[in-house]
Formats: sequence, C-alpha cells, structure tokens
Amino acid sequence: MTVDALLEVRDVSVRYGKVEAVHRVSLAAGEGRIVTVIGPNGAGKTTLLAAIMGLLPSHGDIRYRGESLMTLSVEERVARGLVLVPEKRELFASMTVADNLELGAFARRRDGDAATRRTLDEVYHRFPRLLERRAQLAGTLSGGERQMLALGRALMGRPKLLMLDEPSLGLAPLVVREIFSIIVGLRQAGVSILLVEQNARAALQVSDEGFVLETGDLVLSGPSAELAANPRVAATYLGQGAQ
Amino acid sequence: MDLQIFALLAQDGITNGAVYALLALALVLVFAVTRVIWVPSGEFLAYGTLTLAGLQLGKASGIAGMLAVMAVVAALMEVAKAIRQRETRHLARSLAWWAGAPLAIAGTLHLVAPMQPPFVVQILLTLTAVTALGPLFYRIAYQPIAEASVLVLLIVSVALHFALLGLGLWFFGAEGSRTPPFTSASYEWGGIRVSGQSLLVVATSLALIVALALFFNRTLYGRALRATAVNRVGARLAGISPTFAGTLTFTLGALVCAFCGVLIGPITTVYYDSGFLVSLKGFVAAIIGGLASYPIAAAGALLVGLLEAFSSYWASAFKEVIVFTLIIPVLLWRSLTTHHHEDEE
Amino acid sequence: MKLTWSTVVLAAFLAVLVGVPILAPQFWVTLGNYIGLYSIVALGLVLLTGVAGQTSFGQAAFVGLGAYTTAYLTTRYGTSPWLTLFVGLAITALVALALGFITLRMKGHYLPLATIAWGISLSFLFGNLEFLDGHTGMTGIPSLAIGGLELRNERSIYFLIWAIALAALWGTGNLLDSRPGRAIRSLRGGFEMAESFGVDGARLKIVVFVYAALLACISGWLYAHLQRFVNPTPFSIIAGIEYLFMAVVGGAGSVWGAVVGATLITLLKQVLQDVLPQLLGRSGNFEMIVFGALLIVLLQRARDGVWPWIERLLPRAPPLPVRAAEPLPVRHYAAQDGALLEVRAARKTFGGLIAVNDISFDIRHGEILGLIGPNGAGKSTTFGLISGALPLTSGDVVFRGRSIGSRPPFEIARRGIGRTFQHVKLIPTMSVLDNVALGGYLRGRAGVLRAALRLDRREEARVRAEAARQIERVGLGAHMYDAAGSLPLGQQRIVEIARVLACDPTLLLLDEPAAGLRYLEKQELAKLLRTLKSEGMTILLVEHDMDFVMGVTDRLVVMVFGEKLAEGLPAEIQRNPAVREAYLGGV
Repeated sequence: MTVDALLEVRDVSVRYGKVEAVHRVSLAAGEGRIVTVIGPNGAGKTTLLAAIMGLLPSHGDIRYRGESLMTLSVEERVARGLVLVPEKRELFASMTVADNLELGAFARRRDGDAATRRTLDEVYHRFPRLLERRAQLAGTLSGGERQMLALGRALMGRPKLLMLDEPSLGLAPLVVREIFSIIVGLRQAGVSILLVEQNARAALQVSDEGFVLETGDLVLSGPSAELAANPRVAATYLGQGAQ
Repeated sequence: MDLQIFALLAQDGITNGAVYALLALALVLVFAVTRVIWVPSGEFLAYGTLTLAGLQLGKASGIAGMLAVMAVVAALMEVAKAIRQRETRHLARSLAWWAGAPLAIAGTLHLVAPMQPPFVVQILLTLTAVTALGPLFYRIAYQPIAEASVLVLLIVSVALHFALLGLGLWFFGAEGSRTPPFTSASYEWGGIRVSGQSLLVVATSLALIVALALFFNRTLYGRALRATAVNRVGARLAGISPTFAGTLTFTLGALVCAFCGVLIGPITTVYYDSGFLVSLKGFVAAIIGGLASYPIAAAGALLVGLLEAFSSYWASAFKEVIVFTLIIPVLLWRSLTTHHHEDEE
Repeated sequence: MKLTWSTVVLAAFLAVLVGVPILAPQFWVTLGNYIGLYSIVALGLVLLTGVAGQTSFGQAAFVGLGAYTTAYLTTRYGTSPWLTLFVGLAITALVALALGFITLRMKGHYLPLATIAWGISLSFLFGNLEFLDGHTGMTGIPSLAIGGLELRNERSIYFLIWAIALAALWGTGNLLDSRPGRAIRSLRGGFEMAESFGVDGARLKIVVFVYAALLACISGWLYAHLQRFVNPTPFSIIAGIEYLFMAVVGGAGSVWGAVVGATLITLLKQVLQDVLPQLLGRSGNFEMIVFGALLIVLLQRARDGVWPWIERLLPRAPPLPVRAAEPLPVRHYAAQDGALLEVRAARKTFGGLIAVNDISFDIRHGEILGLIGPNGAGKSTTFGLISGALPLTSGDVVFRGRSIGSRPPFEIARRGIGRTFQHVKLIPTMSVLDNVALGGYLRGRAGVLRAALRLDRREEARVRAEAARQIERVGLGAHMYDAAGSLPLGQQRIVEIARVLACDPTLLLLDEPAAGLRYLEKQELAKLLRTLKSEGMTILLVEHDMDFVMGVTDRLVVMVFGEKLAEGLPAEIQRNPAVREAYLGGV
C-alpha cells in the first residue's frame, strides 16, 4: 500500500445474515486520483461502498488519512470529507433543488453561511442547469438532472474523497458523456474519486487505477490502461467476448 | 336542536378539534421523521396538565422526580454504551446532556415551585419540564432500535405507553386535576355566546401551528428534519444523523403535547390515564392525513372534534364507538390509495 | 417411539400440567387456568402475527364476543353452553370475516392501528349496550357440564381448559407443517412471493385471521364459564395489547412461544402485583412500569422472544426424511407452432415517466428468449407486466390465446407461468426442501382443517417427493435440509428455480438468474436451461451477462429506454451497430 493513500481498505468482509457479499477485499485510493471498481451485477460493488460509508457493518479495517473509520458513524465520516453519491441518488424528492443543495452542506454548517454560499456558487457554476431549476422540486427532475443534483449535493459537503456508485446508470449516452467529463473536472479541482461502474469501458478510460470485483472477491487490479488491455477483462466487461 | 345548542356544540367541537389538531401535528411529525407511531403522546399531554396543576399548589415533586429518575436511566445507558464500544471520548458531553440538563431542570422546579410564581412562569416551567422528557424517553426506549421495523417500534410504543401510565400514577397520584381557566371573558355575536377560553385555545393552537410551519420551511434544522422524513438514507449521506433528528423531533413532539396538556387543563379534569383517549383522537386525525399531510390532519382533527361534540349530544354512550369506528373506513381508504412498499423483514 | 430429549421435555411438561390440579394449592390451579386460556388466544396470534406477519391488538374483542354470547344466551334463554359455543363461533366468524375483509386490505402499520380502533370500539360496545348490562356486567352464568359431571370448581374445569389448549396447540402445530401452513409462512414480507406460486394471499390472510379469532372466541367461552360472570374490563384494548405481548415475549415464530409467553406474563404480573408493593412500601401500578420496561428491554435485546432461547438448549430433531410417493399429476399441453405468449403494445407509465413504451414481441413454443438491454431500459418492468406484478397502463399480454394482461399474479401462476425474482425471495429460516415444496402449492388440495387434523399426510408425502425430485434435478441434493438462508446467493437463485419447477409451469420467466453466480455455476445453470428446453419448456430470460445470454438463448429482444431496439438471433444482435452503441456503452 502506498503511504499517501487517502483511503485504505484492508481485508474487508460484509455479510448479509449467513451470506458473505464481500470477501476480504483490500484496495487503496490515492490522493488526487480516480480509482474504479468494476464487476458484474451482484458482485458486491455497492455493498463495498456502503461498508466504506458506514451504512453496513463490516469486518476488517477501513482507514481514511490513517485514521480507522470502523467506530465512526455515517455522519462522522461525512464530516471528515467522505461523501457517497449512491446508485439510487437518494434525493429529497419533495424538496426544492436549492433545499437539497443546502442540506448537502449540513455537515459543514459550523463553517458558516459565507462558506456555504461560496460552495453553492461553485456548484451552480459547475451545473448551470441546477441554477435554472433551483426552485423546482427534486422529484420532478429528469434522470440526468437528478444525477447532477446528487453530485451537486455531494459537492456541497466539500468532499475530499467522493464515492460514486453507478453514476451513468439509466442515463442517455450523451448525458453519460457529460457526467464523465464532470468527474474528470472534479479530479482536476482536487477531489479524489472512487468510482463504481458497470460501464467498464468508460470507467477504465477516465480512471487511473482499477479493481475488478466478482462475486465478492477482488480478482484483478492494476493501472486502468493495463486492465483495459487485459483479454479477460476485455472479454467479460468490454463486450468483445464473442468476437 | 336549536341554534343555541348547535352553536355551543360547534364551539366545543372546534375547541377540542384545535387541541386534536396540535396533537395530530406532533404525531405526524414524529412518524414522518422516526417512523415511530407515538402511542404514549397522550401521557405527555396528561403530564402537562398534572404538572401545571401541581405548580398551582406549589408542588413540583411529581415531574421533578420523574425527570431525575429518567436522567439516571439515560445516564446509565450512556455509560453502558461507552463501556461496550470502548469509546469514552464523548462520555462527559453526553452525560452533561442526558443527565445534567434534566437534573438541572428538576432542581430548578424543586426550588421555584414552593415560591408559587406567577401563572405565566408556571406555564413556562411546565412546558420546559415536560419537553425535557421527550428526548429522554427517545433516548431510553427508541434510539437503541431506531432502525427496527415500524411494527417493532409500534410495539415498543405500546409498551412505553404502559410504563408511562404506571409512572404517571406513581409520580402524580390517582387524583384528577383541573387548572383554572386562562380567562373568564366571554363575547356575544348575534345571540351566540363565545367563551374567551375557547378563542384563546384556538388562537394559541393556530399560533403554534404557524410557528412550526415557519420552523420547517425557513430554518436549516427544520429542513433537516423534513429531509430525514423524505429520505432517511439521503439524510444520513448528507450528514444528518438519525439520532440527532430523532432527539430534535421528540423534543418538538413533547413540547406540542405539553402545550396541549396546558390548553386542555381548564376544559376537562385530567387523570394520569386520561391522555390515551385524547391521543387516539389525535391519531384518528393524523391517520386521516395519512400520517404524512399536516393540513389534512388538521382538517381531520376538526372533523373529529365536531363529530365527537355532536355525537355526545345525540348518543353520548356511543360517542367513542362512533369516533373510533370512523377511523376504519379512513384507514381502508388510506391504505388503498397510498403507494406502499412492503416491509421487508 | 425412540426416547429423545424432545419427548422427555414434552413428558415433563405434560406431567406438570396434570400434576398441578391434583397436587398444587388452589392458587396455582387458578393461575394454570388463566395460562391455559391466554395460551389459546396467544396461539392464534402466533399464527396471525408471528407467522403471517399481521399484527393485531384487537384479539381481546373476539374473546369478549365468545364470552358475551354464551353469557347472554345461557342466562336469558337457558341455552346449553355447548350450543352457545357454536353460536359464539358462528358470530365470531361473521364479525371476523367482515372486519378481516375491510381491515386486512390495509398494509404495513395501518392494519395494527385499525385493530386498535375496532378493539376499542367493540369493548366500548360491550360496556354501553343495555342488554349486556353495561359496565356492571352479567352474573349467574351456569357452569359447564360434561355428561353428568358438572365442572363447578376450578380444578375440574382445569382439565377441559388444558384439553382444549393442547388440542389447539397440536392442530396449529400440524397446520404450520403443511401445504396451507407453508403458504401462510410465505405471506410474511408481502404477497409477491406467495402469489408467484399461485397462493391467493388476500384470501389466505382472511382465513388465518378468522382462525385466530375463533381460537380467541373459544377462550372467551371457557372464561365465561370459569368466572361465571362477565364485564367489559377483560376484553378492553389493554387486554388486547397484553395478548400481543404474550405472543411477542414468548416468541411469535413457534406454537410453543404462545404457551411460554402466556405463562411468563401471567406469572410476572402475579409476582409484580404481590411483591412490588411490599418492596416499595406503597401501592401503585408498579407492575405496569416494570412490565412496560421489561418489554422494551426485550425488544431491544431479543426481538424474537424467549422460545428461541429455550429451543437452542434442546437438541434438534433430525429432519423428516423424504419417502418415495406416487408422483403428482403433471400439466398436459400440446406444443404448437407459433407464439406461446404474445406481448401486444404493452405500455407502463409511472407518473409522467414512460417505463415501457408500446413494446410488442412473441415468445414461441419451446424456445429460450432473452430480453436484454442496459440498466434502466425497462426490462424488469416488462417482466413485471408479463408476470402480473405490475398492471398494464395499456396494451395486452396473451398466453395460449387468452388475455392475461393485468391479471393478479396468482391467477397467472395458475395458468402455468412460473417466475423467479431478481432479488431472491425465499423463506430463509425454512429448509430448502420446504421452500421448494412451496412451489407445489397448486398441485395439492389440503386445506386448513385437513392439515390441522393431520389428514393430509399422503398428499404431503407426494409434494415433498416432488420437491426433492426438483432439488436433485437442479443439483442441490446435498443441501436439501439446510436452511435456505444459509446458502450463498448463487445457490439461493437455483433454489428459486427448483421451486418454480415444482409448480410444473409451461412457461418459465427468469429474472437475472445468473447475477451473483460464479463462472462454473453459470455453466451449470446454462446446462440446466438447455436440458429444460429439450424437455419442452419455454423460457424467457431477462439477463445482464452477455456471455451467458449469447450462449443459451435462441433469440433476443433488445430494449433501450422502454422501447424495442432490435429482435433477432444472438449472432445478428451482436453485429447490430445500434445495439453495440446502446448496450455496450462508450464515452
């Protein structure tokens, strides 16, 4: 493991009752990098993110900037700069876009209104669509706009490490492209990213390193370019299997 | 029935309806944020009346004792939790919060009560003391199983209702109490007499409803509670802790119930076990609003109040039967029209 | 019978039961009587709440119906108590049917709230109806007599109470271990699973509700003739709450939980009433405080009640072996050319969102058709429209020439369409064998009465043999008696397939059966699907795993954004540029 790892996951297992959904997975995410976890449906990717976030109990050790997260609650992890954009977005559907964004800064409320205001301006700058829709209820947004709002709300918490679960899920190809360019832009702004994707090709293109998870086990890892060239990965995840 | 009687019954119905509306509001709030069906809300209401009645006589031993006992229980639970998690960093702060604050309130009551302070001060003391019980009981009964299913939380609520009845009898005794009216004024419009007391109850209820609406729409904490109600996972991911939301919600809920207790005190004699039936009527109203809509719940409360007033005139023996049977078609309609995700257990 | 620990414990229990009225002082006989009466009511709640998952706070009202019916008829008209029992049962059944018909449609927390409401209403009625003597109550109820033997004192009626309680225990235990019993278990956590193998969930729920109400009524009838006096208090909502507590404290998952719960709560209340005031030097409702507090602690610490603890101390009984039995009848159908199922312009909208936009395709006899598309393309929604889980907004689904669009899932299952679930739905605590036997529901006949009286054993053996056959067929024979929840996710999916095979379907709908399977398991599954096809089964496969789909399907339908993008042979689909762009993605 590199010394400068922002997040270190060591031998983490997650059980649902008697079934182990994630089995002794270890991975690291470096500061300022985009790391991706790919794998088929049901491989345990979402479960792994939920465990890192503290939404599910897990065994093993999860360290963030050298500090163990195992005894911390979800909210304490958020306050330390670890923010998750979940697969289901989990927006506040019956509240306005502006309310959703404001609540994204809840963990940062002690930094004062001015700081929140500044972050809000940045988010609106990055997502001009959200500024247009700020008085609209989150539940009435389109799929792409919802994903933007979910990203915007996460950014309001000023994350150091942003975890994205299937950000391209259910979006039109054009919107997927936009979302991925935003992800690259965030890395340039200094946010480290842990990306879980089924769209393996896109994920490996934007990321620095990749991990392949299958039925709860980590089966491969390495620089993204190498993974993309790996024939097994190409066959299974890049849709070149039968050719 | 002549116009006089009709007006009198309507006035009764609206006054009671205003109190039910407040209660329904508290019940909707508590359910929306914590998924707790707050059956023991009625006991908080009764404690409100009984505390104020005690203060009238210069006594506060009942409520002070209850606060002290519950503070000790909560403190022990915090210590046990710290030992179990081998995490003592926050222990001092949580002890100050869970034991220090309620004990301070109990001490103040003990000192101030014999001085027989003015009525307004007595009301403020009552509200403070009963409100403090809200988060305490949340900490003790609900917080350890906050993630359990609605049904388990409901059974806990019913068990807590039992315990609170016993505690009420222990700390307040079996005698009923009535508090003096806030005003003896009455007004006449077109031959119909309206009591100042009724006007005051309705006005206070409306003011409190407006204040709560402002809190939920204008403040960050109010919005945080709404966010928790709308999407619990989303709220956690935004850093809003369910424990924080639950504690704040039960504080507000207890405050509203204490208010109801103060308002109802001059209208009826309240015993330690009077709260249940009152709160059930609040429930009928809350359920009319689907445990989700505040305005519909308030309208429902008015309907319950009026129905109760008029049925007590025509069929007084069956008053309760009529009110509680009303709920069944409402429940049916509710469960058929609301989209419901089946509880996965 | 071999002497096992369970028989020893059972014998000890019976010895105590018989010993109490002969040897113990009056006080214990009285307690024993009440424990018996409460156990009967709690038993109904075990079935209703613990097994079927329907919480009721209102059982005391049914106890009241039984008690007041016999009190009224025996004191006013001198009717024989044995006749009034049946009158009471009839009245209770009618009231329960009416209440059940209205309130059991309610879901989630609405149902328990409704039971509180009618519980209160009925007990207020008892207190306010003049012909029932209001709150003063009715006196002079005659004692029961069997032949010439009058059960005048508490010792003599004790035997009757416990004979009935034990009979109820035996019958309810039998019921749980039977065709209707398995179906009742499957109601918990929603109808979706139960209806997928043909159970009419709404009807079955009412049956269970009436069963629990009838048990409560019998308890009330006994109570009236034990006390020979009734007033509204013992039938109030507080009593209704206590009955539920008994079931929960004892352990609502097992029939013995009812007896344990009734015993514990009765003894606890007695002790608290006697001891606490002495300890604290003043009287008050301390027992209510302790009672409430204990319950809260119990729910916080051990949500399943006391019985599971006791059960852990007892040695486990070995599973009942499967015996050879005459095979169940098989559905006959003649395969023809053309479509087995036609989806005709099916459309589904959620609010403003169009999830499935006028999609049409056929499933031909004997083929494996794959339905693929990127996440969110509407595959699962289409699947739901075919299986009946979702009603159509417009369009139709036709199976074997008859419309099944928007029919309830259990009716669709009865026509011969079996399905599996994307998120596995099994009863995790039940064995693989019992889970698969659930699938044979439609091929059996045994009802509640036959099951309770154990007259269903021949049919039961056939259903179990069929289940075992399907388990062997999918290759899980080694896990037949393991709890379904203890298997890895991949094998749980295979258990679902065995369960759906036990339904003897003509068309199999599989929702992402390969998700979560390891490479070898996927190959096994592919082999199984090919075997099924060769035996004449038609299969619709919704799947994400391209390799798997390409390997097993005959034809493919590709969906994107709720619409059909392409249809054809796997090789054609793979060459289709539009499909590659949409499905395989690219930046």
